[in-house]
Amino acid sequence: MTSEVALENVWIRFGDFVAARDINITIRAGEFFSFLGPSGCGKTTLLRAVSGFLEPSEGRVLIGGADMAGIGPNKRPTALIFQNLALFPLMSVWENITFALEVRGVGAARRRKRADELLELIALPGQGDKTVGELSGGQRQRVAIARALAAEPEVLLLDEPLSALDLKLRQRMRTELRDIQRRVGITFIYITHDQGEALTMSDNIAVMREGVIEQVGDGNTLYDRPNTAFVASFVGENNLFRGTVGAAERGAVTVETAAGALRARPATGAALAAGDDAFVFIRPESLRFDDAMEMENRIGAHIQRREFEGSFWQVFLDADGAEQPLKLSMVNDDAAAARRPGQRVTLGFAAELAVATRAGPLAAG
Amino acid sequence: MTALLQAAAARAPAARIGMALFVALFFAWLFGPLVLMGITAFNSSAFPRVSPWECFSVEWFEALAGDKALMEGLRNSVVIGLGVVALAVPTGLAGALMLMQVGERARPWYYSVVISPILIPGVVLGISTLVFWDRIGAMFGAGHKTFFYDGVFLTVIGQATFISAYCMLVFISRLQRFNPALHEAALDLGATQLQAFRKVLLPFLKPAIASAAVLAFLASFENYNTTVFTIASESTLTTVLAGKVRYGINPSVSALAVVIAAVTLLFAAVLEVARRRRQRAAAESEKIARGLLRSRTRKKPLLLEPALLMIVTVFVAGAGTAWFAGSIGLEECKAAVLEEKRRDAEERVRTFQQRQMFRRAAPQAN
Repeated sequence: MTSEVALENVWIRFGDFVAARDINITIRAGEFFSFLGPSGCGKTTLLRAVSGFLEPSEGRVLIGGADMAGIGPNKRPTALIFQNLALFPLMSVWENITFALEVRGVGAARRRKRADELLELIALPGQGDKTVGELSGGQRQRVAIARALAAEPEVLLLDEPLSALDLKLRQRMRTELRDIQRRVGITFIYITHDQGEALTMSDNIAVMREGVIEQVGDGNTLYDRPNTAFVASFVGENNLFRGTVGAAERGAVTVETAAGALRARPATGAALAAGDDAFVFIRPESLRFDDAMEMENRIGAHIQRREFEGSFWQVFLDADGAEQPLKLSMVNDDAAAARRPGQRVTLGFAAELAVATRAGPLAAG
Repeated sequence: MTALLQAAAARAPAARIGMALFVALFFAWLFGPLVLMGITAFNSSAFPRVSPWECFSVEWFEALAGDKALMEGLRNSVVIGLGVVALAVPTGLAGALMLMQVGERARPWYYSVVISPILIPGVVLGISTLVFWDRIGAMFGAGHKTFFYDGVFLTVIGQATFISAYCMLVFISRLQRFNPALHEAALDLGATQLQAFRKVLLPFLKPAIASAAVLAFLASFENYNTTVFTIASESTLTTVLAGKVRYGINPSVSALAVVIAAVTLLFAAVLEVARRRRQRAAAESEKIARGLLRSRTRKKPLLLEPALLMIVTVFVAGAGTAWFAGSIGLEECKAAVLEEKRRDAEERVRTFQQRQMFRRAAPQAN
């Protein structure tokens, strides 16, 4: 069983503070959906509203088409995986896993059997009698997933469950989570501030900032076609030029920046007109060394330094008129090796790879 | 600089001796009275004292067992102690749970109110309990044979008013370490509030419940200020002891102190052994989690822990030896002491008589 989750005009207020502002979103049944945003953006609050730990101040939460108003967390078809996992420290692994069955009055023998099946699913066979303290971080992670799945939820909610793990384990667990989701086929709603997690696992992602959903889309769309300055600066790395719109046509705008006039594709819904403050974003991998002077947008720059990243080089440049250094990444080949700090270069990029958004708040850092 | 270091090095032994002396004095101050009292329990002298030493005896332990009033008081003290545990532990737990749930702004007010019984003098609590229940009893027109006037009942109620606040403090400190997400996780997995409390919070609170119960029992057992008012016509160990001090004390009181100290020590030893076992188990779990150990070592029953067995053996052997030594030659020793006393008295009488004679003779000489 899997269910669609819908939030309709959801507002959540704590006194004067608005944690979620007019949220409208539909999460399809069986989808791996992520809420991505910096800490304090309201994503955990939304998750608590779906799981039933708090009621929205306004609006409705629907699971499988049914209004959840007044239905407590123990009556909703959701299971939540907590940020700190919240495994019961005084119970053994198998008792943890089958807690949901125990409170429903299922007998010990049947619970034991179900625990063994779930331990098989999470690749921890025969570990049921251990205490939680005897598990490693990654094993605890998997037990938390098994415990939530044992409740047979229609929707699984995950609140930054990987944040406590080290990098290697985090990357492995990403694949495992996605794998488990495919096998059980229920809706996963995943909360994270780590864009890597969101991009690698999700079917769709909602990027949140200060209680507002900035954009919803799959990873590719968010990366290639950000709608706002925040999404452009939060998802992936981006080079930024600030300026004013000089001329706006269909499909292309010219923005007057300190680095010169730059042509870019306008963001969806940005509705840029001449005279508007605008940002132009270009990805490091879309920025090229343009010795042949053939690209639409050209910028003069000095190579400041470069960093070797294995499969590619990261080059930092001081562009003429730019306030912060530009980043350019290029594959590791002979041409890259020839670029040395101090060299005077011309950079270029295609207008359709650059995005112009309305000037607005940027992601920190 | 070097000279200074040398001076410090030279002074070090002196400082160490000073420190040792201080520590010794400190412990003497702490335990000296207890040790002295313990010794008096084994002196056959009719008044608790260390010197003059008469005979090593355990007769005061026998006297203690035969002391009806003391035994009656002891029995009442135990009953009251258990009653207070039964009342104060749940009350304290409820108070602590409530503290966790009241709003941020109301919390300091609530805390001041529920903690106030600790700050109110026990005498006041005793008198007010007595007055309050007398009024309630009068309201129902109850006679003096009803529980409104029963010393044991009133004492349980009166002591529980402030002991439940002690229990609450124990629970608060434990609850502060409770991860509220565990409660939410239980709810999220379909548990009712009651199931979440019983299956998650209560097991977590178990050690705190045990310590609160011990604390409540001990606080009740040694209470005098409140009890002396609420106990009415009954008696507890403390009120009997207080009476004894007023009308003349004998070493059976010291014997009682020795018994209580021994029980306390034994109890503390059991707790310490249990604590170390838990620590060992936790260390093992940690090793298993890090893959250094395959499985837990099998647990022995607590009473078979070597450390505990040794302590119990020492206690039993000590008590047996004392009993044996106390009964060997006691009569002869006592007879000898009596004989010596008699001779001493005779000697004194003789000196006195001589002096009198001398005094009578003196005026004649004038």
